[in-house]
Amino acid sequence: MQVSHSQSNTYNDSVVRQFSIMAVVWGVVGMLVGVIIAAQLVWPELNLGLPWTSFGRLRPLHTNAVIFAFGGCTLFATSYYVVQRTCHTTLFLPSLAKFTFWGWQAVIVAAAISLPLGFTQGKEYAELEWPIDLLIAVVWVSYAIVFFGTIGTRKVKHIYVANWFFGAFILTVALLHIVNSAAMPASWMKSYSAYAGVQDAMVQWWYGHNAVGFFLTAGFLGIMYYFIPKQADRPVYSYSLSIVHFWALIFTYMWAGPHHLHYTALPDWTQSLGMAFSLILLAPSWGGMINGMMTLSGAWHKLRTDPILRFLIVSLSFYGMSTFEGPMMAIKTVNSLSHYTDWTVGHVHSGALGWVGLVSMGALYYMVPRLFGQKQMHSIKAIELHFWLATVGIVLYIAALWISGVMEGLMWRAINTDGTLTYTFVESVKAKHPYYIIRMLGGLLYLSGMTIMLWNVIKTATNGKAATATIPAVAAHA
Amino acid sequence: MDINTLRIIATIASFAVFVGIMVWAWKRRNTSEFKDAANLPFTHD
Repeated sequence: MQVSHSQSNTYNDSVVRQFSIMAVVWGVVGMLVGVIIAAQLVWPELNLGLPWTSFGRLRPLHTNAVIFAFGGCTLFATSYYVVQRTCHTTLFLPSLAKFTFWGWQAVIVAAAISLPLGFTQGKEYAELEWPIDLLIAVVWVSYAIVFFGTIGTRKVKHIYVANWFFGAFILTVALLHIVNSAAMPASWMKSYSAYAGVQDAMVQWWYGHNAVGFFLTAGFLGIMYYFIPKQADRPVYSYSLSIVHFWALIFTYMWAGPHHLHYTALPDWTQSLGMAFSLILLAPSWGGMINGMMTLSGAWHKLRTDPILRFLIVSLSFYGMSTFEGPMMAIKTVNSLSHYTDWTVGHVHSGALGWVGLVSMGALYYMVPRLFGQKQMHSIKAIELHFWLATVGIVLYIAALWISGVMEGLMWRAINTDGTLTYTFVESVKAKHPYYIIRMLGGLLYLSGMTIMLWNVIKTATNGKAATATIPAVAAHA
Repeated sequence: MDINTLRIIATIASFAVFVGIMVWAWKRRNTSEFKDAANLPFTHD
């Protein structure tokens, strides 16, 4: 007989289940669009000659789908899961939590329709037009109320470090989105930015870099601080380091944005400030990476047998790699070579596919069987296969774009003895052709891994049924 | 007051607060409390 649980002594996991499933679905969709546009770069005819399927419209669809649909749903799912379990309480205002799910899906659908139709504010990662921006703001404020309300009604004294990272991510994204999206509407789907000229550019990259710093870093570090200890079955290596890690990130990330505007009309001192803070960022980034990795000290053998742990730990290696590469590329002299080349695209993807993607997949593989009352995922072999497809895909992708990026950067700056350019622009485009094929194959491998994950998740969910987890009665005093 | 003086004060104050956080985080007196905190994810199963 089913034991009836009152809402007060069980976790609210239905919204976690919804977000987890949709994260995997949107992951497949977003990565598929990515592979399509990678193929368009190899064979431009694949844009079919139609405006709706042209690269310029599908590219923001890809970035929005993978960052805000796949990444966003993962963050909602994991933060709701973690905050309840580390606060020993159920979600605050469950109906509002339900609204965040349906509201966020509505934003994603609106993006998937409006971007191919060509509606855009023209700001990278903030393309969506003002009515959608308003909906995002409402959903996000609701998210903040649910999350901080849950923390406010917690049954334990201490707020676990993962929640600090999730909280910083939620607060900062609200601030960034509202400031950067300030615009004057001209009609229903057309608006003009509230800022002009170089100020507009600076606001945009203050937003853009902190979207990386808080959406794609702080939020996923929250995932790291809960799911790595859980999967490794040992507490985090150093709690003191996690506190310093958190505050160091908070104090520095906000200032790194100007490195996106080196050698532009932005004042020189602002560019140098952005470069200096980007270099400082190496310290907290690596501190966090070391903290996550050392959690495994004395238990390294688990990596051999546990593919989920492998997802989580390898994601940290990619995090360490891309947070070394990032500060290096922010140095103005390096940036003069790397900016506007494929190197930047490769760098973003080593962070996005390697860090954000793998840590999300690891966390989802941890949560899904528990959410559906199963001991483990339907197929462990499929997780293993997914891991290798993803890893080989990432390596192919980033290695191809390192080579093509550095090559085109060098070709652009090459000059003959008489001062004329050695290469025309189209020669640099032509030279990149083989690397674009390798990059597309890498993306295809990554997508195929994600498709296997979707199958595995559907199997696990249909084999089991929605499970109810009870809040422990123990009076924790931590 | 010159706006730059304010900026310098804000920068130095932030740095001092950060140093304070580091000292607090690694104080021997807090280690047992942090040990409990680190075990929070394990109290529910």
